[in-house]
Amino acid sequence: MSSPLTRAERIAALHAAAKERILVLDGSWGVMIQRRDLTEEDFRGERFRQHNHPQKGNNDLLILTRPDIIADLHDVYYAAGADISETNTFSSTTIAQADYGLEDAVYDLNFEGARIAREVADRWTAKEPHKPRFVAGAIGPTNRTLSLSPDVNDPGYRAVTYDEVYEAYKQQARALHHGGVDIFLIETVFDTLNCKAAIKAIKDLEDEGLEPLPLWISGTITDRSGRTLSGQTAEAFWNSIRHAKPFAVGFNCALGAELMRPHIAELSRVADTLVSAYPNAGLPNAMGQYDEQPHETAHFLEEWAQSGLVNIVGGCCGTTPDHIRHVADEVADVPPRAVPERPVALRLAGLEPFELAS
Amino acid sequence: MRPVFINVGERTNVTGSAKFKKLIIAGDYPAALSVARQQVEAGAQVIDVNMDEGLLDGPAAMRTFLNLIAAEPDIARVPIMIDSSKWEVIEAGLKCVQGKPIVNSISMKEGEDAFRHHAIQCLRYGAAVVVMAFDEVGQADTAARKIEICTRAYNILVNEVGFPPEDIIFDPNIFAIATGIEEHDNYAVDFIEATRVIKATLPHARVSGGVSNVSFSFRGNEPVRRAIHSVFLYHAINAGLDMGIVNAGDLPVYDDIDAELREAVEDVILNRPQRTNVSNTERLVDMAPRYKGEKGAVKEVDLRWRDAPVAKRIEHALVHGITDYIVADTEKARQASERPLHVIEGPLMDGMNVVGDLFGSGRMFLPQVVKSARVMKQAVAHLEPFMEAEKAGQERQAAGKILMATVKGDVHDIGKNIVGVVLQCNNYEVVDLGVMVPADRILDAAIEHKVDIVGLSGLITPSLDEMTFVAAEMERRGFDIPLLIGGATTSRTHTAVKIEPNYRKGSTTYVIDASRAVGVVSGLLSPTDKAKNEAATRNEYIRIREQYARGQEVKARATLDQARDNRWRPEEAQRPAPAPSFLGVRAYDAWDLQDLADHIDWTPFFASWELIGRYPLILEDEIVGEAAQDLFRDAQGMLKRIVEEKWFTAKGVVGFWPANARDDDVVVWTDENRTTEAARFHGLRQQIKKSNGKPNLCLSDFVAEDGADYLGAFAVTAGHGELEKAAEFKAAGDDYSAIMATALADRLAEAFAERLHKEVRTQLWGYAADEQTSVQDLIEEKYQGIRPAPGYPAQPDHTEKATLFRLLDAGNNAGMTLTESFAMTPPASVSGLYFGHPGSHYFGVGKIDRDQIEAYAARKGWDPATAERWLAPILNYDPAPIARDDAA
Repeated sequence: MSSPLTRAERIAALHAAAKERILVLDGSWGVMIQRRDLTEEDFRGERFRQHNHPQKGNNDLLILTRPDIIADLHDVYYAAGADISETNTFSSTTIAQADYGLEDAVYDLNFEGARIAREVADRWTAKEPHKPRFVAGAIGPTNRTLSLSPDVNDPGYRAVTYDEVYEAYKQQARALHHGGVDIFLIETVFDTLNCKAAIKAIKDLEDEGLEPLPLWISGTITDRSGRTLSGQTAEAFWNSIRHAKPFAVGFNCALGAELMRPHIAELSRVADTLVSAYPNAGLPNAMGQYDEQPHETAHFLEEWAQSGLVNIVGGCCGTTPDHIRHVADEVADVPPRAVPERPVALRLAGLEPFELAS
Repeated sequence: MRPVFINVGERTNVTGSAKFKKLIIAGDYPAALSVARQQVEAGAQVIDVNMDEGLLDGPAAMRTFLNLIAAEPDIARVPIMIDSSKWEVIEAGLKCVQGKPIVNSISMKEGEDAFRHHAIQCLRYGAAVVVMAFDEVGQADTAARKIEICTRAYNILVNEVGFPPEDIIFDPNIFAIATGIEEHDNYAVDFIEATRVIKATLPHARVSGGVSNVSFSFRGNEPVRRAIHSVFLYHAINAGLDMGIVNAGDLPVYDDIDAELREAVEDVILNRPQRTNVSNTERLVDMAPRYKGEKGAVKEVDLRWRDAPVAKRIEHALVHGITDYIVADTEKARQASERPLHVIEGPLMDGMNVVGDLFGSGRMFLPQVVKSARVMKQAVAHLEPFMEAEKAGQERQAAGKILMATVKGDVHDIGKNIVGVVLQCNNYEVVDLGVMVPADRILDAAIEHKVDIVGLSGLITPSLDEMTFVAAEMERRGFDIPLLIGGATTSRTHTAVKIEPNYRKGSTTYVIDASRAVGVVSGLLSPTDKAKNEAATRNEYIRIREQYARGQEVKARATLDQARDNRWRPEEAQRPAPAPSFLGVRAYDAWDLQDLADHIDWTPFFASWELIGRYPLILEDEIVGEAAQDLFRDAQGMLKRIVEEKWFTAKGVVGFWPANARDDDVVVWTDENRTTEAARFHGLRQQIKKSNGKPNLCLSDFVAEDGADYLGAFAVTAGHGELEKAAEFKAAGDDYSAIMATALADRLAEAFAERLHKEVRTQLWGYAADEQTSVQDLIEEKYQGIRPAPGYPAQPDHTEKATLFRLLDAGNNAGMTLTESFAMTPPASVSGLYFGHPGSHYFGVGKIDRDQIEAYAARKGWDPATAERWLAPILNYDPAPIARDDAA
């Protein structure tokens, strides 16, 4: 099936839609995949039947082994009212796939992940041309950090080099681009240096002649301290990534909406671009499950929208299509946050922001 | 407030600091890090890191240092300036920095193409750039050349590369002046002029410079160099200079520079026509030696307040804590008053009221108030003989009389003393019974002194029980005056649930900290509001009790057997630590106090004065920073004397024994045969229900059940001499110094524990011989092994200290003993066990259930009620009320 719109047209439509309304991102994939009780055999499929690593839990792999499930999940989220769905490629880097011995499958994971999402999105756009659907290529943090030592006795040690992270992201972004995503979404950023390596990799792809795509960056405030895992405040985080000229910036994961609000409010104040938020469904209970009900999540996000804090909302861990449906309904008629114009200033960052105003 | 001139720290620059260069070449990165930390502490808003030195592998040194900085939040909070003339070093740095740094520098010296390439890379890495006024021809020296090159670079960056103009910082080259070469005479003027034009014509761009170059010809004469820097900056900043690589903390204030020197410097910098028959340069050169010996301008003490009337002077002395003139001023006031008492009731109380108002509104802080009290006491001490002489003198009318005591078994009194001082400052009379005061003595004294309120303090958990007992005794003996509860382990919930129900005839109120004491006390003594306040507290406590009861019902726990099945097990690769260098005990008679002073963790010191914040950030804190700085200066002063005059003696004892785990206990053997038990440390196990494969921890998990494993123990004190010193100060009316001495002894004891632990890891036990830890690492506990103390979360049972002290013979070896509540004396003491296993870590036992209480009581040879009493704070159930007929 051919796309109803070219990529340039889709990107123009994305910008236009963001001006008009609050856009909705999809919700958690993990919880939806868990519900299917898949077996090791499901994960391996035909292609990896003989592979010498266990694959159960390698959710990204389902792109290649159970594409039916992946397409179905995109479909239910678009049906729930999501404007944007993420490719199932959160861990599709050579670094993250090394745990499963699947470094060689990384191109296919990203390309196919993008292609499947593209197909489903285009089907919905054809059906509802007034509400085009978009595909965000999900780029996760990897399981290695560039700013922190895994060895407390050797704080200068790093388990991975910048160049390795950079290369891994470059491969992933290239394949997502080839597969047809509309946006790059660098998400769950808990170490800003990893994110900056991804930004550099994506910008460098332009030197290969790939057309630039909108970039969306979503950090993670890991606890009530209001800092990322690598120690930055919200404003320092924004100062550190603003050079990417992102289409949108926001926070996701780790916190539920209630605890995330002050950090989103802070980002909303400092970021002169679109602001996104996709919190978890509350905090996990003692059993590791999320209890927050769809109407509760939607209630929080609706208040943010009314307060003019957000341009894009969605859900992270524990949220379901039902959550997204409630969220989409609640924000449908609320105008999006107006992007503020900030005075020009030299803005730097360590763990804390630094500003030299004109 | 946003800064207007950015001071870039220059000490982490191998080309600028010989000391830093030496450290980096020697590979002494921990010391190099402390240079960076000092800069940030001294106020550097950005730190410049430069590794351009022939002997160094530049990219590797840059990477190593920046990675280490990333692990130090105190340093990493500020942006980095990656400084190198080599692109490969800059790029290595860019790959290590998560924040947004400044690259220093790029230029057109290799042509426009290389410049463009470097700019694009900086943009994609996410950095601001310093652009040197340097092109294919060379470095720009005249104003015209500087402006021309910077303008060309600006246009390329903004129009071709798309570089944000606000991220461009020009360095138009500061060159040395007064070199004797005439062409150099205008260099400062050229720079200042170029700065003015760049700021006016290149929108949003910034200007920076390496300031110390300008005075290069006066090296060796620091006072003159500093004067040159100060005058140069004054003019350059006025022209628009935004930032400079300079040790700004060091500079004299422009207006404070000797007028003659300043004029001479100014003539040279501004290249003015010469005033005499010698050139400006020669004149300054001739003058310079006269200033050489001068240390930076002496800070003038502003004594204008001495010109005010005497009442105002007394107020000023009280508010600012100045004792220098208080006796003279008090005497002056006395001579002007009809009776000496009128001085107290007049100017002194008026001044203290100002202090009280400032404190109440958050504009003064506790250490300052305690200093005010010191001034007050000295004034009153001066007046007392006069009042004695004037036999007819009536007693001063105090606002109320408060009895204060640290309860039986407890020796901690910093908090109690602070509350006492604050109350005295507010015209309350305080009867302080000191520490370890039994209930009957407290209540006898309350009757004898006809006090209005009884205040109890305590720090260790058994004190909670003792307070409950005091409350019950007040009820039994028919008291009805208010009871106040405070101290580190007390809480509103404990007061509401355990203490208040025992005392029905009077009211019980929890006081969270000293700053609340006055409000609570005045509320309880107010004839009009007393009843209302007491009823409000009572209702609140009823609500808290109900909440507490509800909370109790839902916390399901694992059974002890389930918890034991889910014990922590080391990973395959983790072996127990090897045998220690000796077995048995070793005593230290007098550890070097200076060494301990160097290892102090200051954050808790500030907390003991109710200044909350992390050291050293707290010194810069917008609200409490000034108070913290004053306190810190006083602390440093006293610490110096403690060390030099050997006020305290630091004694300690450490020991190691073969040991093996037996269920939740650790058996300590007399020798390697492992047949004869020397002692047994009992452990408590977490019973919270765990998920995700997390274990239910007990300290014994960190010791092997079979084979060669060991346990260490220690007891250290810095408190010998402390009580005497504190008493001395108190007797002299100087509570501030008394509290300070106690607080510092506590810190030294903690530092001793930390320091000895390091000795244990690297030498005595020696399982981490090559450990490299900075003081900060120690504070953050970044090392292998733990040193949990009985009474703390990993083993909340204080009575285990008895076993510990016996095993170490802490009495003979360190002069340390235990009270009946197992508080250590001297109070500034720390003890604990050493676990060396690489997997060992701190944890909290949390709430435990009846099955574990019974098992634990059996192992300790107690009945369950005794176990419930000692472990009351961690029970997951409400035990039967404890009979206290033994103490009736």
